[in-house]
Parts: sequence; structure tokens; C-alpha cells
Amino acid sequence: MMATINITVNGQQIEREVDESRTLAQFLRNDLGLTGTKIGCEEAECGICTVLVDGVPVDSCVYPVLKAQGKSIKSVEGLAEGETLHPIQSSFIEHGAVQCGYCTPGLMMTATALLNENPDPSEQDIKVALKDTYCRCTGYASVIRAIQSAGRELRGETPLPVNDPAVSEPMHVISRSVPPQEVRAKVTGQAKYTDDITFPGMLYARTLRSRYPHAKILSISTEKAKALPGVQAVLTHADVPGENLHGLVYRDWPVLCDTVVRYMGDAVAIVAADTEDLAAEALKLIEVEYEPLPVVADPQYAHTAEAPVLHPEHPTGNLLKHIKVRHGDIEAGFAQADVIIEREYHTPTTEHAFLEPECAIGVPAGYPDHDKLTVYVGSQIPYQDRNQLGLALGVPEESVRVIGTLIGGGFGGKEDIAGQIHVAMLANATGRPVKMLYTRQESLVFHPKRHATTIRMKTGATRDGKLIAVQAELYGDAGAYASLSDKVLTRATTHATGPYAVPNAKIDCFAMYTNNVPSGAFRGFGVTQSAFAVEQNMDLLAAELGIDPVQFRLINAQKVGVTTATGQLLRESVGLIETIEDAWKDMQAHHNGDGFRWAWRDGHKAYGWGIACAYKNTGLGGGAPDKSEAEIEAFEDGTVEVRTAAADMGQGLAHVVAQCAAEELKLPYEKVRVLLCDTDLTPNGGPTTASRQTFVTGNAARLAAVALRDALTQSAAEMMDVPPQTIRYEEGLLRSNGHQVEMGRLVHWMKSHGLTSRVRHEYYAPKTQPLGSGGDMHFAFSYATQSALVEVDMETGEVHVLKIVSSTDIGRAINPLMLQGQIEGGIVMALGHCLTEAYIIEDGVPWSRLLARYKMPSIKHAPEIVSHLVEHRSEAGPYGAKGVGEIPSINTTPAICNAITNATGVRIYATPVDQDALLLAIKNGQTELHTAWQHVR
Amino acid sequence: MKLWHHYHTPSSIDEALALLDHYGGQARVIAGGTDLLVDLRAEEGEPFPALVDITAIPELTIIETRNNQIIIGAGVTHNQIVRSPLLAANATCLVESCGVVGGPQVRNVGTLGGNVAHALPAGDGTTSLVALDAEAEIILNGERRWVPILEMYQGPGQSLINSTHDLLLRFRFAPSGKGEATAFKRIMRPQGVALPILGCAVWLRLDGATIVESRVCIAPAGPTPLRVGEVEAFLNGQPASERTIHQTAELGQKVLHPRTSKYRATADYRREMIGVLLRRTLTLAVQRAQTGAAVPEGVGM
Repeated sequence: MMATINITVNGQQIEREVDESRTLAQFLRNDLGLTGTKIGCEEAECGICTVLVDGVPVDSCVYPVLKAQGKSIKSVEGLAEGETLHPIQSSFIEHGAVQCGYCTPGLMMTATALLNENPDPSEQDIKVALKDTYCRCTGYASVIRAIQSAGRELRGETPLPVNDPAVSEPMHVISRSVPPQEVRAKVTGQAKYTDDITFPGMLYARTLRSRYPHAKILSISTEKAKALPGVQAVLTHADVPGENLHGLVYRDWPVLCDTVVRYMGDAVAIVAADTEDLAAEALKLIEVEYEPLPVVADPQYAHTAEAPVLHPEHPTGNLLKHIKVRHGDIEAGFAQADVIIEREYHTPTTEHAFLEPECAIGVPAGYPDHDKLTVYVGSQIPYQDRNQLGLALGVPEESVRVIGTLIGGGFGGKEDIAGQIHVAMLANATGRPVKMLYTRQESLVFHPKRHATTIRMKTGATRDGKLIAVQAELYGDAGAYASLSDKVLTRATTHATGPYAVPNAKIDCFAMYTNNVPSGAFRGFGVTQSAFAVEQNMDLLAAELGIDPVQFRLINAQKVGVTTATGQLLRESVGLIETIEDAWKDMQAHHNGDGFRWAWRDGHKAYGWGIACAYKNTGLGGGAPDKSEAEIEAFEDGTVEVRTAAADMGQGLAHVVAQCAAEELKLPYEKVRVLLCDTDLTPNGGPTTASRQTFVTGNAARLAAVALRDALTQSAAEMMDVPPQTIRYEEGLLRSNGHQVEMGRLVHWMKSHGLTSRVRHEYYAPKTQPLGSGGDMHFAFSYATQSALVEVDMETGEVHVLKIVSSTDIGRAINPLMLQGQIEGGIVMALGHCLTEAYIIEDGVPWSRLLARYKMPSIKHAPEIVSHLVEHRSEAGPYGAKGVGEIPSINTTPAICNAITNATGVRIYATPVDQDALLLAIKNGQTELHTAWQHVR
Repeated sequence: MKLWHHYHTPSSIDEALALLDHYGGQARVIAGGTDLLVDLRAEEGEPFPALVDITAIPELTIIETRNNQIIIGAGVTHNQIVRSPLLAANATCLVESCGVVGGPQVRNVGTLGGNVAHALPAGDGTTSLVALDAEAEIILNGERRWVPILEMYQGPGQSLINSTHDLLLRFRFAPSGKGEATAFKRIMRPQGVALPILGCAVWLRLDGATIVESRVCIAPAGPTPLRVGEVEAFLNGQPASERTIHQTAELGQKVLHPRTSKYRATADYRREMIGVLLRRTLTLAVQRAQTGAAVPEGVGM
């Protein structure tokens, strides 16, 4: 029903008819087109939809619009005055507090309300005010600083200096903290993510998902749904024109299920209707008859003979893959060991919780401005999307165009197909644009997660503190479909010695199909799991040997000349020892010369330090050709544009490629534009995964710029009649012996002479070898050490992380401030894995189907983070850079767990840490804790 | 997903009652909606035919003192309570409990009245209202009357009032007098459970160095909130000493029989927390009663 509303929005008085059932967020977004306010969960959990009602922050996603009758609303669009940004906006940019940008409006609105009331907030004040406004990217450190700095500006004081990390050899633009691309649009609410885009005549789509974790489909009847007025299409497996399968490594995942469903997120039918409500209504009218089948809920059970086989066509049954690492002679190794530690560890399934749920829009060929079937989607792998679209639709992939939109966080969770194929099918069926936005709850049930693992790890060392042998067995829960399990669990296996020299290793990993949610890529890619076991075994061994944990790691740390367990001789860029020394220095400094202690007590609070190391490959490795292509074009206005289909999900690939181009052409950074992820306009940059884009697409952009520079130089030499080798580039000018020409004018000259100012470069990363061949499995590794200081309440078992000291060898920091943001964000994400996060599935049925049941760390959990950069150049990396996206998330959890052990005497073998069991263990004098939160029942 | 069809914002109690009457059981009272709407979405239920929002009724949004009673309207938000100097001084435990409900955005909209009408056995606001020995004014089957707060709870999630035709209007309780003080604390876990593992509110009166009267509420300790009679009986007449507090904590652990709730807490852990919370709240309340100063603790965290 419609009602009249009188409301002031961003100073403008509005009186209009409004649907009574609207929330304030829907009113702002759908009725007023103010899409700066984002919707993250519709559960009043994440806070990113925060707007101010009469100056007070509220979650607009559960705020009825009529409740706002007569009130004054302020949204992100109302912060700036004309072109002048509000101090909170400029401060967020300045301090690097914007990554994917999806939560940014909510953070800024909540912060604005705080600053209006208290322009000089303490860190604690900020934590109280922003406690329920989540950010999954930044780790909050930059956010806190940005808010305090904006407060100073509002008080008429000088803003805080930017916490820019120290780097060596800054160049023209490289190793300088330039602002990320599109950041102004992100802080003003103008940035368009997929759900912010609409087309005239657009339909809304929903997916009918399975009712059981494992069942036979006996029949599907769509007649009643089709008969509902306003429903434009209802499609099932029978309507899939091409191959009814997709999948990144193994094509085992039905586009729409036909005879069997294998997990609760499986898609059975899709609907397009005139409105979202009608589409939801239609889902209820689709009749599906199921015959429930026994559920395979546990990977170890999946490996037994009695478990039902979930993919009969897979040659090894439920065993998706057995991954092996063999190095040296394991038996001889353990025979030489003086001390052996063998323990079992458990890590749970975890959820990316990117704040933008999956969304895709399909636009049919022939729709205005669309000569091809076009899919708009925030995807990490646009070209592979196109490939999978072509196969499922039964058309050449070139006949489909994928346009990448801004991505509100990914972390690996936006690599698999979500709604891309479905919207394309519905657009073809209806001849109209179709949008499919997943609800948060649907996203939780549907998309691949981090693998739950059971890791049995046996580590041996000699009396002098040298690691001599590692034997490990890992079980990984791949879930219902393969997704990237093969690759992820390979990484878990190959990294299971930790970043140490280990002469003998035997590691076996079993990737198992189950009826749980599929597992796939997630920041850290399997290495987070094995590091949890490796780094705690390291502390156990050190204790047994009576060697200090820092010293023990220094003794065994990988360095140039070491051969890894996969047989790779490390020839360069191994900065691990320096990172350990950095962390150790800071740990000591924390005690202000009072003498370092690993643990101490103060009343009922126990304190402890813990340390852990990590390494992580950059790039796909394992023999996969790792290439990226970039195109660059110079324009007559003196600007250049770099084009590549490589995704920026907030991690900052866009500014990395812009910096590479600006560096080579000695252009001001502002003169470089970046166009990403349009399969018709940008060449393939490959998947955004494996911490590879800075290295691979950074190099592609750099070398494309070098090629353009060569072309420009040739032309300038001709134009000015000077020898090409005398030409120098300076801030958009080409100079030679008193002559000079602006780059734009040169481009004009080139065009008038029939010359092109556009070049492409296809970059191939150094070749790698498959696992088992003994060669270089990867072309670069990043290294890190972190130490954690924790406080444990010995009366309640509550754990607080007070401080994380981090040092990371990333080869070179292309953009120091934004790189630091990757580190801080990775640390806090991993802190969540350690203390707050588990995605719980009960016999195939997700209990964690609400965001309220999956708590990621909020600002109140954010510890003090001190991070150092170590820059051991990687020869083939752009300017020496290696990957950084994943490494910060790998060693935080074991560092915290080692600290908890030092503080309490109880070792943590399962996460997330359960304060309940921890307290009872402390009380009962137990030293081992094998249960976690999900075991409280 | 649509959560309701019609939305009304009456400006008087009579208008609200007339609307409920008009819909004949199809309309439901809503205050902040931060529980109601979120629960409906979580359960993927059918939309409410109509919602009657009582937060625009002026007399339900007032915090005041009348006849030496503090009165709080059912439409008062948690943050209005947190920001009230009157309540900080005279109902410290209520400020402390309302200060930890949800996050700031939820506290700006969610109301104490909604918390009570929701009838959860461990609602933070409720725990304190019980310790304050509050009464609730309701219109039940057309009759307006005051009832003791505990009477509002008929079972887990089951309120005395039917929110399709009854109204919860106001709360009242006596302000802290001389020698009187309150405190509230709770134990949460950082994982995905919104409800506290355990909450504890205490009210006590000192005469010199002796505790002469007390009220203690620990929740959840049963299907509805309850006062811990044995603990209160023990406390009354004891010296306000560390030893008394220690003994009380031990007694609380003995007389209460908490249970294990899935993903929330084990019975053993809850038993430990009964001791911890009794020690912490009683220590704080004694201190406050002795000094006459009460600064709410832990608000917002």
C-alpha cells in the first residue's frame, strides 16, 4: 500500500507517495536512487547501511521508512558540500581507510555522528561508536586514525600525519603512497557496484535452492510459478542450452540440478519476475519432489567404503585428490631425530563475509547499447566466467561479454560461478535485463568457503635445534563440488613444512567430497590451515629442546640456498630471517628495557607473547602457465589508459597497474586511468588469486608501458629530429637537448602520421614445474613473522589480543600505505579465524545461515598493529615486488595460539578458541584443548 | 523480502488501541523492531499484515520522576536510557545493561519495552528491571494496570501481553536511596551468539557496614527471569565484606542449576560464571553503596 511521506533527505525536503512496506534503505536506494547507502545483511548486524536519522545513526536496512516520517535523514551523499569533501571523507582517503569501499559509507556515517557529538574521540570512544559497523578489508587501524584525524580537522587543528611505512628506494611513483583509483567515488557514494546498476525494463531473479543436503530429485513442476502474474520466466535444468556443468578446475557443478542435489546451496530452478517480491513469491510455487539420501558430512567418513559415492563419474570416488609431497628419506629422518612431536589439529570451515553479497545482471543481445549478451558482475575471474558462460549456453564464448563492476570484497570467494550463467539464461529467455542479487543468508549457504581440515603433524628435530623430518596427514573437506579444492589443498600440502629447511618430508593430503558447502579459494589458500599446525609444533619442539622459540625459528628459517620440500632451490628474495629479527626487536622494545618475558600475571589477567612465521607462494605455480596481458594507450590530452581484465576487489590492483605505467612514462599518477575487467575492451589479466596480480599484471602493465615508451620515443625523435637515446621523460614532457614536446601533442602528431599510440603486452611469469617433478614449483615466495600479545582473563577464559607485531618480506612495496592496509586487514581477518569465526554445518545443514551466527571481528577486537616491511627484491617481480594479498592471514592464528599457551599453559588444537573450554581446562589443570566453539553442545 | 504490508505510527494510546482493534488480531505492535523484524527475516516468515509503531506516542517516550518513582516509557530507546543522568545515578544497573544491548545503531532504535515484550529469559534490560523490582504498566484485555515485572514473563519468548491487542506502556521503580546501589555485568562470547552466556544484576541496601536488603537476578537460570531467593536471604544481615561476597558467590553456584545451551555455554562454565558475576557485581554494588557514587561501567562494549 502507498502512503505519503514527508521527510528531509540530505537537506532537501521531500513529500511523496511511498510503499508502506519499504525500509529506509530501500527508499533511499530504489525510490530516490541514492545508492551510496549499501545493504550488507538486512539483519542489523553489519552496520554498513548506517544513515543518520535526526543526527542519530541507525541501521537503515531494518528501519521502516514510515518511522522516519517528519525526520531528517543524512546519507553518504550528503556529506560533501558541492565539490568540497567533508573532513571525514578526505581523511579516509588520506589515511588509506578505503579498500573495497562497500562498508565505507556506513563507517563514515557512524563516525560522523560520533564526531558531531565528540570531535576529540579517544580510540576507545571510536571502538564504542563503531562496534557494530563492520569492515572486512582494512583491519580498522587506518579507520581509527582517519576518524581521529578528521576530528582534529573539525576542531581546527592540523590533521594527523599519515602512518606511512618506511620503504627503501622510492622511485618516481613506485613505492609512493598515492591514493587508490576511484577512491573519491567510493567516499562520496557515487561508486557503482553491481546492485547499484539498473536498466529500464529490468527484471529481478531469484534461485530456488535445495531443501536437503543430499537427495534425489524425483520431479520438478514449475507450472504454478509460471502462472503467477508478473513472472516472466521459470527455468530448470531442461532449459540449460549447453553443458549443464561448470567448475574452475573440475567441471562437476550443475548449473541447475537435474537428478540429484549434493548440498543445501544447490540451484534447482531460477525465476525472473517484475519485482523482487514476485520472484520470491514464485519460488514458493515451484514444486520439487525429493527423495532424501544419506548425508556424507565428514571427510574422514567420506573416505570409508560404506560412504555413499557423491560423484560416481569421478575415478577415485569421494577422494577428489590425494596430494603427496615426498622429500628425502622420512624414516631415516625420524631415526636421526632426538625429539619428536606429533599432534592433531582441527580448523573449521570459515566464511569470507565480503560485505557485498553476490550480484549479477544479464542484458540480452540487442538491448540498447548491448550488441552482445552481456553479464555485469563483480567477479575475480572475468575471462573464465566468459568461458563458462559460453560452455553452459552452448555458444562461442566470444559471443558473450562480461563487464566487471566494482567488487565489494572477495578474498577468494568470488572466483566460482554464482549467478552469472543464471542471469544470462534468464536474459535470453525473457529478452530483458535481469538482475540477481543474493541475500546475505543465501550467500552464506551458497558460496564456497575455507576448507575445514584435520591435520596430524609429526615433527622431528635434533638436539642442536635443527628440524630433521616432517610427516603430516591432512584431511580437507572439499564439500559438494571441487571448486578450487585441488589447488588449495595442494598449497596446504606443499607449505606443510612451514618456511623452514626440512631435509626429510612425507606429506599426504586427502581432498574429500562431502555434502557440505563446497570449499574453495580463501585468502591464505590452504596455507592458513597447515601453518596452524606447523607453528604450534614448532613451539612444542622448542620447549622440548629447551631452545627459545625465536632462536629455534632462526636456526631453521629458510634462506637463499635452502631446498624446499618440493625440491625447489631458493635462489633469491628470502627475507624470513630479517622478519623474525624485526618482530623480536619489537617484542623486546615493548618491555621498555625491563627485560623481555614470554608470560606474566597481573591479578586475574594472564599475559603472553607468541610468535609464528609464514611463507606463501606468489602466482599459480605448479607448472600452470601464469600470464597476464595489458594494453596501454596514450591520448592527445596527455593522459594514458591501462586496460586489463584483472580484478580489483579492494586489494588495490588498479593503483598498482597505474603506478607501473606512470613510473615507466614518468607521468604524474593522476594522468593514468585504468579500465579493468571488460572482456570486449580489456585483455586477459588472468584470475585474481594466489597473490599474483601485482607480480603478473603489474609486470604486464609495466612492460606495456615500456613498449609504449619505445614507440613514443621513436616518434618524438622523428618529430623533434633528435637521436632517440637523448630523449628523457619528465612529468608528461619528452625532452632532448633544449627541445621538448608534450606527450599529448606527440600523440596527436603520431595519429596524424598514421601511427598508433596503443600497445599490448603479454607477460609470462617465469616457468614453474608441477609438484613431484622436483623443480621450481613457484617463481616467488613472500615471508612473514608475526608475534601476538594476548591477555587472558583467568576467571572467565576471555581472550583479548592486545598487540600484533608483524614484519613481511614483500620484495618491494609498490604502494606502502595501501600495502600496509593489506597487512592490517589480513591480520584482523585471521584474528577472526582464531577467536570468533566458524561456519557451522550440522549433518550437511548450515547452522550459520545468518550473519548473526557468523561474527567476524569488529573494531572492538582490533589490536594495536605494528607492521614492518622487508624488501628483498624478487628479480622478476615488477620493481622487485612479490605478492602480499594472502601472507598476512597465515601466521596470525598460530601466533595468537602460541601466546595463549604461554599465558595460560593450555595449548589450542582447534579454533575458534572457546573461552568456555579454555577456562575449564585452566581450572582442571589440563594442558591441551581439543574442542572449539562449535563443540559446545 | 517484504516484512510487513501496512505500517502505522499512531500518536496516542487510544489511536494505537483503535488500530489494533481495527485489524482484529492481524496487526502487531512494534517499537524499535530491531528484534521483531530481524527475527521475521531469519525465520523467513510471512509478512505482518500490519504493524502499529508505538514510538511516536509522546507519553511512551518519557523518562521522568513522579511521586518518588522513576518512570520509563515503553518506547524509550536503549540509548536514551544510557544517556540519562537520572538513571545513571538512580538505576545504574539499568544503564549498564541497556548499554551493552546490540550495537549503537540498534540501541538508537531498539527499546526497553520491546526487550521486555520479547520475553527472552536473558534480556539484559530485563535482568536489571528485575533487580530494581520494577513494575510494568500494561493494557491487558482493555484493562490498564501495573504488574510486577516478573509477571510479564510466562515462558521463554512468551509474554503476559498479546502484542496483537495489548499494550505495554511504561515501567516504574524506586530510585536508589541512601545506602542503596545496583550493578550489572554479563559474560558474552565473541562468536555468533547474540544472547549473553549469563547476566547478573544486583540491588542492595547497606546500613553502615551491613547489607540489610538485596535483590539478585541471574539470567538465564530458567525459562523466565527469576530472583535468586536463597542468595538474597543469605546476604541480608551480612557484613558488606569480601568474605560475604565470596560466600555468596559459592552459594549462588550451589543453588542455581544452569544448563548447557548449544553454541552458547556449557553448564559447567555457567556455574563458574555465576561465581564470577556475583563476585564482580556485589563488589561493585557495595562500593557504590558505600561511596554514594555510581558511574556506569562497560557501556558500549
